[in-house]
Amino acid sequence: MTVKTLTIDDKLVSAREQDTILDVARESGIPIPTLCHLDGVKDVGACRLCLVEIASGSPDRPNRLQPACVTKVVEGMVVYTATERLKKYRRMIVELLFSERNHICSVCVANGHCELQDIAITVGMDHVRYEYVSPLCEVDITHGLFGVDQNRCILCTRCVRVCDEIEGAHTWDVAGRGIGARVITDLHQSWGEARSCTSCGKCVLACPTGAIFRQGATVAEMDRDRSRLSVLMTAREKREWIG
Amino acid sequence: MELAELLDIAEEWQKAQKPIRICCCTSTACQPTVSLAIKQALEEAVAAEDLEDQVQVCGVGCLGLCGKGPLVKIEPDEIVYEQVSPDQAPSIVAALKGETSAASKLEPEHPFFTRQMKVVLEHSGNIDPERIEDYIRVGGYQALYHALHEMTTDEVVDAMVSSGLRGRGGAGYPTGLKWATVAKSRGERKFVVCNGDEGDPGAFMDRSILESDPHRVLEGMAIAAYTVGADQGFLYIRGEYPLAIKRLQKAIQQGKRMGLLGTQIFETSFNFRVDIRIGAGAFVCGEETALMASIEGGRGTPRPRPPYPAESGLWGYPTLVNNVETFANVASIIRNGPKWFADIGTEGSKGTKVFALTGQIANTGLIEVPMGTPLREIVEDIGGGAPGYGSVKAVQTGGPSGGCIPADLFDTSLDYESLFRIGSIMGSGGMVVMDETTSMIDVADFYVEFCMDESCGKCVPCRVGTQQMHQLLTKIRSGEATRDDLDRLEELCDVVRHTSFCGLGQSAPNPVLSTLRYFRNEYEALLSDHDVV
Amino acid sequence: MDRLTLATIWLGGCSGCHMSFLDMDEWLIALAERVEVVYSPFADVKTYPDNVHVALIEGAIANDDHLKLIQQARRCTDLLIAFGDCAVTGNVTALRNPLSSVQDILQYVYVEASDIENTPPDEAGIVPPLLDRVVPVHAVVPVDVYLPGCPPPADRIRAVLERLLVGEALQLAGRELIKFG
Repeated sequence: MTVKTLTIDDKLVSAREQDTILDVARESGIPIPTLCHLDGVKDVGACRLCLVEIASGSPDRPNRLQPACVTKVVEGMVVYTATERLKKYRRMIVELLFSERNHICSVCVANGHCELQDIAITVGMDHVRYEYVSPLCEVDITHGLFGVDQNRCILCTRCVRVCDEIEGAHTWDVAGRGIGARVITDLHQSWGEARSCTSCGKCVLACPTGAIFRQGATVAEMDRDRSRLSVLMTAREKREWIG
Repeated sequence: MELAELLDIAEEWQKAQKPIRICCCTSTACQPTVSLAIKQALEEAVAAEDLEDQVQVCGVGCLGLCGKGPLVKIEPDEIVYEQVSPDQAPSIVAALKGETSAASKLEPEHPFFTRQMKVVLEHSGNIDPERIEDYIRVGGYQALYHALHEMTTDEVVDAMVSSGLRGRGGAGYPTGLKWATVAKSRGERKFVVCNGDEGDPGAFMDRSILESDPHRVLEGMAIAAYTVGADQGFLYIRGEYPLAIKRLQKAIQQGKRMGLLGTQIFETSFNFRVDIRIGAGAFVCGEETALMASIEGGRGTPRPRPPYPAESGLWGYPTLVNNVETFANVASIIRNGPKWFADIGTEGSKGTKVFALTGQIANTGLIEVPMGTPLREIVEDIGGGAPGYGSVKAVQTGGPSGGCIPADLFDTSLDYESLFRIGSIMGSGGMVVMDETTSMIDVADFYVEFCMDESCGKCVPCRVGTQQMHQLLTKIRSGEATRDDLDRLEELCDVVRHTSFCGLGQSAPNPVLSTLRYFRNEYEALLSDHDVV
Repeated sequence: MDRLTLATIWLGGCSGCHMSFLDMDEWLIALAERVEVVYSPFADVKTYPDNVHVALIEGAIANDDHLKLIQQARRCTDLLIAFGDCAVTGNVTALRNPLSSVQDILQYVYVEASDIENTPPDEAGIVPPLLDRVVPVHAVVPVDVYLPGCPPPADRIRAVLERLLVGEALQLAGRELIKFG
């Protein structure tokens, strides 16, 4: 195993060669906000919150912005995770997410246990400058145990990935495009009719917001232990039960 | 198939040509239903005049001046008749005997024809795209033979590198370098993909090439496959191009039948199978990783790069992805040599470029000019300026990823670097001309809305940012926006451009940014808190 | 020392933010020594006065009256604080936005879903007409400080008012001050 040395926020750190910038930053205690990343499943680089600046090494060329979750470390790389520019972009991205659907924290099952809400606090979002799109979204509670509320979905596709990669059912996928994209079950049937669903509940564990929830949970009651998923993956791949 | 056989076919087919050829455009722009009726009427007229042993009527690909179609060309006189109708057929045939034709004639000296330089389109409008023999007649597949028998793969790569050809899909990545990377990549198998998912509004270069000279693209792909070590190719064509798909299917069958595609091509160990994949109407599938996802049968969304397709593409194997026009240049480069190609164009941009000239301009259609041609020459000479008494205000190049170039910059040379410097891009070749009645904010909003509709929805800045940009532009257009809104729009352009996942989002703000750069006064005049001076 | 003039305004909201204000309990007495409440649901004042130092705005902009009042408040107030989630985001008040037009919603609420015979209210001059869309305060007038929460906890309100009274900057950050919901 080759060790790579790089600089993150002026701190010299060493990493395994297959590590991503996000891996090594987390190990070194440098926080990088993420939403679509979930330990144990493949990264997709979709939410753009983990963008970091990689020094170009030349004053003539601007620094490159790369998502930390899918960018592998390179020897001698100089990375900045919290420049003013990045902070500004992150806040704007979170504002865009809040403007997209109907994220009403006060009536949400995940209030107080929501990664989107937490990120909003982290990036200092005290209000949203963009006009709310206010789309009419579906709530599907046809499944016996769980429900999905599209009003709160941020299309991180964690549910799609845990269902495909860990459970192996691939009940979830994405349909439509642009702002009309929606997570769907099976071939856009209602969840209750989605025969591939094993009701394992991994999507419920994975969801960062209140979009996928256990039925019966009311406001602020929807807490979950997302680390269960990485424990499962470690158990399967390394045959070690930790956690 | 041996070279001798190929040359025999060419000779035979050349002999079969009659002294006078009446070429009818049968491409999409000339409405095949009408042009086929014209062709039939011309055949009947030739028969009626008893000229069958001297005159031949043939269907050909695009003749270029699409706005004046249906077009009919007489060879060898190079006379082109415009807006032909079937009932004019007898008079066109009568004109062959010196009578005056009732059909309106375009002179061969028309600047639209004389100012162009045709490489990619050299056979477009001259040969029958549905007959492989006609392509062979004009030298087709000889470059492939030459590459297979007389060049090593390294030599082909060298030729491509020294030709200076750059990707014609828009980004302008050096083609030779890409080929070299794929050739060097290790993989149990490799793929060659032709990106024919042409989606820019107003662009139809690739459609026309595929409809007019499909074998040229197949030959380019075969040479590429030999060079990089691939045995399978995919032609990804958008479903909106049924005629191109039909002609390619026919071309692939003909190629296989003659042993120019398939196994043991030209009696060598080189095998190359080509399959067509039809796009389902998503603009983002023009992005190479989304295109590959679509070929694999998945949802057409981009994936992170690196790894680049050259290392890990279709099903994880090294894959060469080039645009239609890029492949269409290959045979010419091999046949005429890289130096010939490198002598055309500018220092950084070699060869010619095909443009689809549309909008408020007298001569709309498909043109090909050397790189470095001043934009003014295209707009004023070839294009004939704005129709009527209007004047041209701006030209949009590069589609939704490009920008608007104002009239006072028309002396800009058309090459990758110069266009980038003035805030636009070469793009795939769409060129939309606008006269002074056009609101540049309407134009910007049109493209932003296009990107909003075409965003795949994967990343937040593109999915939501384009929506918010469109909302702000709508507000500005309605006269209700303030200076704050304009600031917010500029800030959004910045975030969408720098944080979006793929090229679609990264370039979506370009039409706004370039119109803000050159036509800021139009935006400001619409603000509700605009100071009236 | 002159006392600071304070207004509190109740627009399209449930009054929960004002209830939370009252939850500051005995500190209200300390506050009363420092500020003069010149306009509020707690005070019987009919018209919004001129020259207000600070105004807490509860609720979203949902009808014509809200619009008029907030515009007047902006004209007459130095510092506007969007007070609670409805003022900051639209929140529950804005839940009607995705549904359909105002007419359809009134028809549904007052006629179709009503178990007594009823008609949508339209007393001119008494019932203010609803706006097409419910919007947060900053969509209509510039806002100086955003104080989210549904409702903002009493401690949060107090923390902000304390900073205000000593003239500290009001850039709010951190879970204790800007968590929504």
